[in-house]
Amino acid sequence: MLRDITLGQYYPVDSVIHRLDPRVKLLGTLLFLVSLFINDNFIGILVAMGFLVMAIELSRVPFKFMVKGMKAIAVLLMFSVVLNLFLTKGTVIFSFWKISITKEGVYTAVFMAVRLSFLIIGSSLMTLTTTPNNLTDGLEKGLGFMKYIKVPVHEIAMMISIALRFIPILMDETDKIMKAQMARGADFESKKLIQRAKSLIPLLVPLFVSAFRRANDLATAMEARCYRGGEGRTKMKPLHYQTRDYLAYVIIIAYFVLIIMAKRFF
Amino acid sequence: MEIVKSEKLSFEYIRRDEEGNVEGITRALDDVSLSVKEGEFVAILGHNGSGKSTFAKHINALLFPTEGVIHVAGMDTNDYGNIWPIRETAGMVFQNPDNQIIGQVVEEDVGFGPENMGVPTKEIWERVEESLRAVNMYAYRKASPNRLSGGQKQRVSIAGVLAMHPKCIVLDEPTAMLDPNGRKDVIRAIRALNDVEKITVILITHYMNEVVNADRVFVMDKGKVCMEGTPKEIFSKVEDLKNLRLDVPQVTEFAHALRKKGIPIPEGILTNAELIEALKNVNVGK
Repeated sequence: MLRDITLGQYYPVDSVIHRLDPRVKLLGTLLFLVSLFINDNFIGILVAMGFLVMAIELSRVPFKFMVKGMKAIAVLLMFSVVLNLFLTKGTVIFSFWKISITKEGVYTAVFMAVRLSFLIIGSSLMTLTTTPNNLTDGLEKGLGFMKYIKVPVHEIAMMISIALRFIPILMDETDKIMKAQMARGADFESKKLIQRAKSLIPLLVPLFVSAFRRANDLATAMEARCYRGGEGRTKMKPLHYQTRDYLAYVIIIAYFVLIIMAKRFF
Repeated sequence: MEIVKSEKLSFEYIRRDEEGNVEGITRALDDVSLSVKEGEFVAILGHNGSGKSTFAKHINALLFPTEGVIHVAGMDTNDYGNIWPIRETAGMVFQNPDNQIIGQVVEEDVGFGPENMGVPTKEIWERVEESLRAVNMYAYRKASPNRLSGGQKQRVSIAGVLAMHPKCIVLDEPTAMLDPNGRKDVIRAIRALNDVEKITVILITHYMNEVVNADRVFVMDKGKVCMEGTPKEIFSKVEDLKNLRLDVPQVTEFAHALRKKGIPIPEGILTNAELIEALKNVNVGK
């Protein structure tokens, strides 16, 4: 059951989007998310949709893969749509008993649904087309300027990539501990919430102890291999911009300008 | 030339209780003087708690002597400025393969050491390829370490150390967590390092079979070196080893038992072939 959880899952095909520099994809995703929230009309939505469809087409990742990510937030999506639909005040267009639906309510509900789903699809497009390593490399280099204001960029990137590396190992460990505790009569399937929460303690304590032990071992192993922080370190896979990356920047900026114009003039 | 040379090396762990008061002192290493020549294959044997892992960590400047000195390629580990050159000279492979692989892709993990040393990108790739080929793992260079078996992971760890071009590799019980097949592959890779690449190997283990091919063997107990010699010399003393709670290879034990029963074969038989040879020479008819 723990196997089903995938984090930052990568869809391995070769496409233009896959080959883009991770910094481009990071900035692109960020601007796309911002654009969704500054946009407030249907022209803007169409532009955003066009941009998204183009990116998905280019990435060659099947659409149903993206929608998978939506399932997790379906409840949240429904919740916000329903709340917006019934609770927004304004011109009433339909009313029944104590419930009334307003024109503004429909408008914000639709917008919220579109925004949220685009947001999920947009950001999962990034994780589907970028390997976690590539992503942390991109973060490290893209945010490299922040080290001048004393942000430990290299350390944070290293921490993220180590965390990603250890997720499957700790999952295995959780499975093992769970089975060991079940063999000794622990009940993880109780229907009662409090019972269930309590049963997590004998699972979490050994897991934490083992995680610390692993961390200690790993730190020693890293030191033994001459790790001494980001200073003076070379890269096995350095990031270099290609022509396609500059082109992608131009497209992203053009898209962003278009969204701003749509907000201004319509 | 001596690559590792320790003189009267002692190390003490200070045990503390929950308030941080000193509860007692454990002397993990006690007056250890030994030296390893360049190009040698040395094995250090010992039971749990004999101090062999503590000694290994001294070679890599991960622990520092309480008393005495240890020199690695002529550099004193007590001198802070020597730490990084020492770690580049003496690589270390640990017991648990999961806890020493940093990269999420095999080739990236092998490149981790050279990256830290500031090796130029092009040369990193050359080193990674050559090291992965040396341990016969080149075909898995794009794989995720999580999908490899224990033996394969341990060979990746060895490649990771090899890519740093060390003069000496210390392996701290590299096969303790592996199944018999993985163990065989790893030992084969270690032997190739010594034979083909001429790297000094210091293998720390408690499996007797892995010691048979070493040039020299040190046996440790309670922080002291208590036996030293070629595998043949060491395994001639079956009774002494048993007193130290160490096993001997099955063949050696069998030969020893035969000898006790009065069959005239030499002590210190290490392989099946040797035993067969020795038995052929025994005159059965009185």
